[in-house]
Amino acid sequence: MSATNTASAEKGRGDPIDLFSSDLKVVNLGLESFADNLRVHGVEVVQVDWKPPAGGDARMVALLDRIASSSRVDVEAANAVAVSRILKGKPTLVGVGTALDTVPGMTKTTVLHSGPPITWDRMCGPMRGAVIGGLIYEGLAATREEAERLAASGEIRFDPCHHHDSVGPMAGVMTASMPVWIFENATFGNRAYCTFNEGLGKVLRYGAFSREVLDRLKWIETELAPIMAKALAAHGPLDMKNIIAQVLQMGDEGHNRNRAGTSLIIREFAPHLVRLAASGTDPEKIAKVLTFMHGNDHFFLNLSMPASKCTVDAARGIEGSTVIIGMARNGTDFGIRVSGLGDRWFTGPASRVEGLYLPGFGPEDAALDIGDSVITETAGIGGFAMAAAPAIVQFVGGSPEDALAITRRMYEITLAENDVYRIPILDFRGTPTGIDLRKIVETGILPAINTGIAHKEPGVGMVGAGLVKPPENCFRDALSAFAERYTN
Amino acid sequence: MKKAIVRKDSYFDSVFLMQLSKGLKAQPGVIDAVVAMGTPMNLELLRGMGYAESELATASPNDLVTAVECPDADSVEAAFVAAAELLARKKRSGPSAQTAPASIGAAIESLPGANLAIISLPGAWAAREARKALNAGLHVMLFSDNVSLEDEIALKTLGREKGLLVMGPDCGTAIIDGKPLCFANVVRQGPIGVVAAAGTGLQEVTCLIDRFGSGVSQGIGTGGRDLKNEKVGGITMLMGIEALARDAATSVIAIVSKPPARSVAERVVAALEKTGKPSIVHFVGMEPPSPRPGSKLRYAGSLEETAALAVEFATGKAPAPGDLNLDMLAEQEAKRLAPGQRFLRGYYTGGTVADEAMILLQKLTGAVHSNNQTDPALLLPDPKVSIGHTIVDLGDDVFTVGRPHPMIDPSTRTERILAEKDDASIAVVLVDVVLGYGSHDDPAGALVPALVEARKAAEKRGGYLPVVASVIGTPGDHQGMAAQVAKLEAAGCLVMPSNFRAASLAARIVAKAAVAPGGTDSFAAKAGHK
Repeated sequence: MSATNTASAEKGRGDPIDLFSSDLKVVNLGLESFADNLRVHGVEVVQVDWKPPAGGDARMVALLDRIASSSRVDVEAANAVAVSRILKGKPTLVGVGTALDTVPGMTKTTVLHSGPPITWDRMCGPMRGAVIGGLIYEGLAATREEAERLAASGEIRFDPCHHHDSVGPMAGVMTASMPVWIFENATFGNRAYCTFNEGLGKVLRYGAFSREVLDRLKWIETELAPIMAKALAAHGPLDMKNIIAQVLQMGDEGHNRNRAGTSLIIREFAPHLVRLAASGTDPEKIAKVLTFMHGNDHFFLNLSMPASKCTVDAARGIEGSTVIIGMARNGTDFGIRVSGLGDRWFTGPASRVEGLYLPGFGPEDAALDIGDSVITETAGIGGFAMAAAPAIVQFVGGSPEDALAITRRMYEITLAENDVYRIPILDFRGTPTGIDLRKIVETGILPAINTGIAHKEPGVGMVGAGLVKPPENCFRDALSAFAERYTN
Repeated sequence: MKKAIVRKDSYFDSVFLMQLSKGLKAQPGVIDAVVAMGTPMNLELLRGMGYAESELATASPNDLVTAVECPDADSVEAAFVAAAELLARKKRSGPSAQTAPASIGAAIESLPGANLAIISLPGAWAAREARKALNAGLHVMLFSDNVSLEDEIALKTLGREKGLLVMGPDCGTAIIDGKPLCFANVVRQGPIGVVAAAGTGLQEVTCLIDRFGSGVSQGIGTGGRDLKNEKVGGITMLMGIEALARDAATSVIAIVSKPPARSVAERVVAALEKTGKPSIVHFVGMEPPSPRPGSKLRYAGSLEETAALAVEFATGKAPAPGDLNLDMLAEQEAKRLAPGQRFLRGYYTGGTVADEAMILLQKLTGAVHSNNQTDPALLLPDPKVSIGHTIVDLGDDVFTVGRPHPMIDPSTRTERILAEKDDASIAVVLVDVVLGYGSHDDPAGALVPALVEARKAAEKRGGYLPVVASVIGTPGDHQGMAAQVAKLEAAGCLVMPSNFRAASLAARIVAKAAVAPGGTDSFAAKAGHK
């Protein structure tokens, strides 16, 4: 419940005489002419762009009403706890490690992937490509064919990153030898992990596994990660909440635009990187690291994602809460998890992304929606902070006004406004935070998600970027499950 | 050929779509057109009209269905283009439509200090939104009809607990703090507070108060069941009276209701006595009891008298009665009738004024048929066909399924008048013309051609057709009171200053028709057969 709502509810009893003595201020639902007439008379009126609740689905409406009137669950109170844990979270970059040594449950034959659980036979092209690349990178297979046989053999354990306190962009493939960023939520102590961003074009996360891709992964493992680890150790833990707050005021939204964030990271680490030369690191290697970061605007994405993950994870498992604490896609399914419903996934078919394509590519080349990067939206940045990043609204062929509209719309399905992440053009209003499952089903407004577009064939890479709508049924299914668990 | 297309996720309100359908039907090359949301009811209707199941299969209640019938494929496509253009016009209208809040909660957040929700959604959803408004601390005006009795009781009980007014359901009009809501008229502000369980009753009384030189502090609508149903128990009426009692700007209270449940009537009267303020009560159709000695409470016998007594209390001076001689007027009109002209036809758009006319005429001329009759013997067997003396309330649900209320769309009434113009037994036509917000921009202008044709038809068969009208409105209404009256008078209508007087005049004309040479015979003959 919003601050305003709470305030008016706490005012206590109303009185018809208040209506006579104070200025009439009207909320109008239905015929717009009623609002127009009142405006002529100088009355302040807000017209609601009303639609039938839950798209007119009587069963969903009944479930919403049942949850609202249930004496067995106090959703408002549970959500207040969930939201306060999200707001209090303090994501901090604390280290660099190797997946096998740091990520819980990681083994040499485990391949983590983005999205909800999926088996090899149902994986989309880009994810298969990334799995192939990962197996070759680990030395578990030498060729594509060998890798495919191994993947299908049952000897490899596939598991979602989300089940291992991790997140991965696009295919999200993480294997044992990969270096990872280590994040800690300084308030609650929980951790989150993410691989290093490889840049754009032909990269593993888009399903590419050619020699250059594997060489780059090796370079990340042997040069980039160790150098960054040393620089970070010299710098000390990095307060990512502060950095994200800054990037939102510099035209980034932390998902599709990470130019400011990457620049800030370079600024933070530059002196510490330079000093590494004195302790024996080849200056050329340091220069290559800086050049790589400079040439890859999305370097920051693999930091904003685990920052979001460890923030939202603190709100997991709160009895009676309808806050969505996980959204993720694997290119085949889109899935969500709800705080009050444990670790259960609710899935629907992954959607087609509406967006702009790189030259030479078109919608016919596109894979379906994929990646854990929607963790940023789950935490209230990314598409939810679109108003902060009008520059990238062109991905969806829109105008800056559309960017504002997208963020404003997200306030309809969230419970709070972030007290640190603020958007200048909205008069420094906090980003919409704490997605409420009930509000999504009630209003039919789906989370606005920014995303990249992968080629449907393994090995090609990124072909565009845009905005995607999640499938509505996963929210409805989750609401049914919530009603089943908490009412009757 | 018939073709339907479905546009996903495009909600529009039904009144807008009805107007749009009408506009589309008027396009050249369109035989028939329906633009509606894909509700089960609408889809059933479209299937019945012969549209292909395959074209309708994907439609859900949140999807817009455009169905057209045209002579050929080209005109079908042209009709779809025309429909899209009409829809786009709506999308563009309204300030910053792009960011309008999609929920009542978001709307309340964007309007600090919001204190009233006006709800005119389909009845099935209206109660749910009203509950949210009440829980957020807003008073509610529930314009929607088709809200269940259980919902009404629950909402009003919740409202009472929270000290919030629930005006409605089916509350068409209210005046709050001088601001006209929904179908209200622009009425001068003044010391008279009105609470009414009667939509056009509230309009008639407030407009007459204006005309009699006083004004209205608050005009609260309660919805028709508030006093009629014992389970509702007049919750809104009693809260309204109690608030007006404390309101310093209100020195006189007037109450109007359709016939109330007895126990509720007693409570209302007791509440009024308790206010200590001069009060006027009018229960439509109830014989006014004589006032208790020493009481400041008066009973009025008509809407006009309600307004007159209230103004008298407020100003200390009874409004001038005017110099109308109804008997003389009736005499002049009746003289011109042909033998066989003996029945009255009242074509009403306002429910309460229709009832007022029906009850008065019942007293003066005997049996009056109506779709509003409580006596089953006098209930119109087919509300769409007049028989004998008939007062038809064209705002009744049977006439508003799939088309706007006749106050908005006058064609319901003009079609009815034209359909019955060749009935030689009609002696007088009685109509109301309701001005104010929400109503048609030129109701008199829209009505006159049908009245003129009916009069011509009577003349052609050697008779004469008197038309008696009253206009509910004020000089402040955007239609222009004087211009509306002038249009009616120019068409030969007798425009009376109130519905009560219009009905009285019509009754007198009918009575005199009965004693006219031709009329006597047939009337007596018919009476003799009984």
